[in-house]
Amino acid sequence: MTLELGPNQQPAHTRHGSSIGQPLTRRDGFLKVTGTARFAADNHPPGMLYAALAVSSIARGRVVSLDVEAAKAHSGVVEVMTPLNRPALAADPDAKDHPFMFRLDLLQNDRVRYPNQSIAVVIAQTLEAATEGAALLSPRYEVLPARVGLDGAEGFVPRGVGVGGPAVQQKGDVEAGLESARTRIEATYETPAQYHNAMEPHAIVAAWDGDRLSIDTPSQGLAMAQGRIAGLFGIAPQNVHIRSPFLGGGFGSKGMISGPQVLGILAAKLVGRPVKLVLRREQMFGPVGHRAPTRQTLRMGMDGEGRLTAISHHARTTSSTFDDFFEPAADASHTLYASPAIATSHDAVRLDTGTPLFMRAPGEATGSIALESAIDEAAHACGMDPLEFRLRNYAEVEPMTGKPFSSKALRECYEQAAERFGWASRPLQPRRMRDADGFLTGWGMGTATFPAIMFQAEARAVLRADGSGLMETGAQDMGQGAWTAFAQIAADGLGLDIDQVDFRAGSSDLPNAGIAGGSGHTATAGMAIHNAGAAVIARLADLATGNEASPLFGAGNEGVLARGGRLYRRDDESRSESYADILARAGLAEIEGRGKGAPDPASQETYAKHAHGAVFAEVKVDPDLGQIRVTRLVGAFAAGRVINPRLVRSQYYGGMIWGVSFALHEEAVTDRRSGRIQNANLADYHVPVNADVPSVEALLVHEDDPHVNALGIKGVGEIGITGTAGAVTNAVWHATGVRPRRFPIRIEDMLG
Amino acid sequence: MRDFDYVRPATISEALVAAAEPGSAYLAGGTNLLDLMKGGVTSPERIVDITRLPELNRIETLDDGGLRIGALVRNADLAHDPAFAKAYPAVAEALLSGASAQLRNAATAGGNLLQRTRCSYFYDTASACNRREPGSGCSALGGENRLHAILGWSDACIATHPSDFCVPLVALDAVVEIEGKQGRRHVTLEEFHRLPGDTPQRETVLEPGELIVAIRLPAEAASFAAHARYLKMRERTSYAFAVVSAAAALTVRDGKIRAARLALGGVAAKPWRARAAEAVLLGADADEAAFVRAADAALADASPPGDNAFKIELARRIVVRTLMSALAGTPALMPALPASPFSSLPGVRHDA
Ligand SMILES: Cc1cc2nc3c(=O)[nH]c(=O)nc-3n(C[C@H](O)[C@H](O)[C@H](O)COP(=O)(O)OP(=O)(O)OC[C@H]3O[C@@H](n4cnc5c(N)ncnc54)[C@H](O)[C@@H]3O)c2cc1C
Ligand code: SF4
Repeated sequence: MTLELGPNQQPAHTRHGSSIGQPLTRRDGFLKVTGTARFAADNHPPGMLYAALAVSSIARGRVVSLDVEAAKAHSGVVEVMTPLNRPALAADPDAKDHPFMFRLDLLQNDRVRYPNQSIAVVIAQTLEAATEGAALLSPRYEVLPARVGLDGAEGFVPRGVGVGGPAVQQKGDVEAGLESARTRIEATYETPAQYHNAMEPHAIVAAWDGDRLSIDTPSQGLAMAQGRIAGLFGIAPQNVHIRSPFLGGGFGSKGMISGPQVLGILAAKLVGRPVKLVLRREQMFGPVGHRAPTRQTLRMGMDGEGRLTAISHHARTTSSTFDDFFEPAADASHTLYASPAIATSHDAVRLDTGTPLFMRAPGEATGSIALESAIDEAAHACGMDPLEFRLRNYAEVEPMTGKPFSSKALRECYEQAAERFGWASRPLQPRRMRDADGFLTGWGMGTATFPAIMFQAEARAVLRADGSGLMETGAQDMGQGAWTAFAQIAADGLGLDIDQVDFRAGSSDLPNAGIAGGSGHTATAGMAIHNAGAAVIARLADLATGNEASPLFGAGNEGVLARGGRLYRRDDESRSESYADILARAGLAEIEGRGKGAPDPASQETYAKHAHGAVFAEVKVDPDLGQIRVTRLVGAFAAGRVINPRLVRSQYYGGMIWGVSFALHEEAVTDRRSGRIQNANLADYHVPVNADVPSVEALLVHEDDPHVNALGIKGVGEIGITGTAGAVTNAVWHATGVRPRRFPIRIEDMLG
Repeated sequence: MRDFDYVRPATISEALVAAAEPGSAYLAGGTNLLDLMKGGVTSPERIVDITRLPELNRIETLDDGGLRIGALVRNADLAHDPAFAKAYPAVAEALLSGASAQLRNAATAGGNLLQRTRCSYFYDTASACNRREPGSGCSALGGENRLHAILGWSDACIATHPSDFCVPLVALDAVVEIEGKQGRRHVTLEEFHRLPGDTPQRETVLEPGELIVAIRLPAEAASFAAHARYLKMRERTSYAFAVVSAAAALTVRDGKIRAARLALGGVAAKPWRARAAEAVLLGADADEAAFVRAADAALADASPPGDNAFKIELARRIVVRTLMSALAGTPALMPALPASPFSSLPGVRHDA
């Protein structure tokens, strides 16, 4: 008994607000706090062996020899997998059928194309034996010079950037705009390479049973991973079962299945036993993606009133020598500020690094810090307050396309955050504020934005004879709270109390929930859940309203509403019937409904859809020593309907703290000669600690968006980084008068 | 990790016998040694676990008024010992500015002295490194070296000693008590660590198998309690090694400096006692001008082996600031952000 509803139908009987909108604590919180949540690496199927990767220490060249004998002679080592004995694959790991199929290093040959590339896998009885076996391989190399840095190779214009957008775009005549301007600025900013560094390393436990494969591994996109693995091994996707109930963070690096994860599967195949492979921290600096460095030049022209006459934004970035991902940094200038002429362009160099990948706010984060710095420089050049300048250039329609916004409460964000922060008393000139202890104090701001994206998802809803409900979708909880937010949507969709709903997710044998990425998971899988709930309720309503014995007889499907496990007559709520009674009368053990979530093509054409926010930062800078501390952050964000304010606030906090990290801390330091990353550990790869973020506030600004989807959800996962990084660096300028143009800001840049 | 023997002696003499075998290493808190072993930087054949030697676990006041810190006293226990923090506030502040609470709970006093450099090439076994592999070369020269040494370095090695604890200790004339086959000997902390010269692999004067049993502070060290500070510049507010740090201790009477102690951290392969600066300070008026002269004296011989010239100017400024805050007086409460330039921000003090 299945009924299917399309993506954006909103049956009239659904109401929001019973579960949706409530600040529930995480439903998986108890498991996590008590250490009983089972992450991938916590699994130990019987007979399991341990695999350790041997990785390359050179950036470019060939593996000439591996001492396999020595490794095998080590006590406990069972097998060594090299290009010579690696089980055959059904597909070439270097083939690329579509832009989201990334090339993998699966021991296909002896070539080395970046440091930390896998060159062998040692499988042993214990992790210690596997690790020592890997060390005993003592690889010898033929070494070629490494290509390092933003000028390390010949530049070229990539065919597409980000998800395939044009590398060069323009509207209007930028040169004429600059020419006619009263005031102009030009500045170049550099951002470093950053690595996702989720707390949980990529891990896999793989077990084969004939041509069926069972896997525990963290994945932000179960169906995509399933399809990719099936393709590589030449088996049917349904033969691949992936369990991924919890991710210890992903940030994009677990969006696609990575090479090392597939090597774990290959190792299990080679030895015919279950195998566990967990990356060491330093091994995560290479094969699982990163945020590419950029060098961005912005030029802006302003008329006598401080109105932009032109924005030109050029970004140079880097990719690997063997695959394509180009950080779309300059595209940040497409959406925020009104200007008659906008030109964005990218070029790139190919370096001996792993392939860069989506990393929390890819393009938006890198582009935002440069754009927001430049806007600040422009405001100052015009003698205007940075907020006033942004309001003067407020985009009423999307600047690049001219499309109206589906909703845009950015003015309210500016207003509420500025008010809360106390922005009005900010002196225009830099280096004017000192606190009682003599620290230079500065206030800066940035605008946050992130597109409201939806993918495709499906969900299955069941109502059972006892009146309880079941909702299934293969959604992924990266720690963002999907287990809780989706259960809330499910409860409202089914008209049940949340405790009456059995919510299942995190497994590839459930309906495809799309990808937990692009800040689109809640909107996409949420709509699938919502529609599946609506479908099964519609089915239930049919049973009731079509039966003379029901108090709802004749009300018609539209004439009932579902709440608390009962259907009510819309025009007479004294007439109602419980789900259990309806099913009992029909003699049914359960009924099922299915729903989909997907973007609505019509509104996609018509509207520009973005979440917005405003972030204000206060920094203190030691006037002699240059040490910087962000003493206060206030952000206000408008991102459509808030499913769970507690979780949403956490997403904003996390994003904002990452913004602090972007401005002040994070950087992969690459040796200029070897191309090896020198700080591939969490002691030296700095991210903020608690002492770096003493006060972070996120305000939720009300926003109704009738166009993005029926639930009105945009997305909150990534927007917090944007705006914040700029706000911090602008505050540093305001405190010191020194304009940081290289990130992270270093002590030496502040010494003056 | 390679297989190794593990022994757990019950007495100091058993420990010395066990460690007499070549390839032995003492295990204390393990916070540095185990990381190095996992990374293949060191591969001892025998681990001599000294954590069950109770006599190394004590903090004792000596008859002459000095203090004796057992080698196994945990960094956190020492810093939080109220009598210790009161008498040697700069040492307590330095300890609390190091690593994280979890690491300080594990790390020992002796281990802290013997922690190895954080030079990334030392950890990266694919790089040449004279300290790890004598004669192989120094990858930091010509490489990523903005955090490396500015004093006392050689062409063989430009690494720094990362300890915070050692900086006020060396300023306060601490002495290392060492036990070996030949019996007990005492070495000043200033002489304990060696500059690299041509033999950067020889980091201290310890002979193979020798055990640190205690660190002593002379009676005089407590006389600075009212004017002793530690200041540490880091790339984040907490949980980072020093870019440059300084410990300063003063005795001031009638506006004149009667005694001065100054040491720098993060600048050399050893905690750097700035004796020339102390000479400048002695008898001078206790004011910023004198501190600037002292800073110039402290850094007179400094030079950058690479991209770290900024550390010289930074060190000068830190010397001045640390002396200024020592002059201002030791705060009554341990700052919530120990040794941070922001330790004075309102609302961040708590009783350590
Ligand atoms: C992430 C991280 C951050 C850190 N940050 C800081 C920081 O900011 N500031 C700072 O000062 N330190 C910092 N540390 C270093 C930390 O303080 C040292 O690792 C610790 O003090 C070492 O003490 P341990 O007892 O654990 O020594 P172990 O690791 O057990 O031993 C270290 C060495 O000393 C030898 N040894 C130990 N005890 C004796 C003894 N009694 N006699 C002879 N030999 C002995 C061992 O054989 C070994 O070679 C950090 C460490 C880490 C991992
Ligand atoms: S500075 Fe010293 S520790 Fe670093 S690479 Fe050179 S020799 Fe090795």
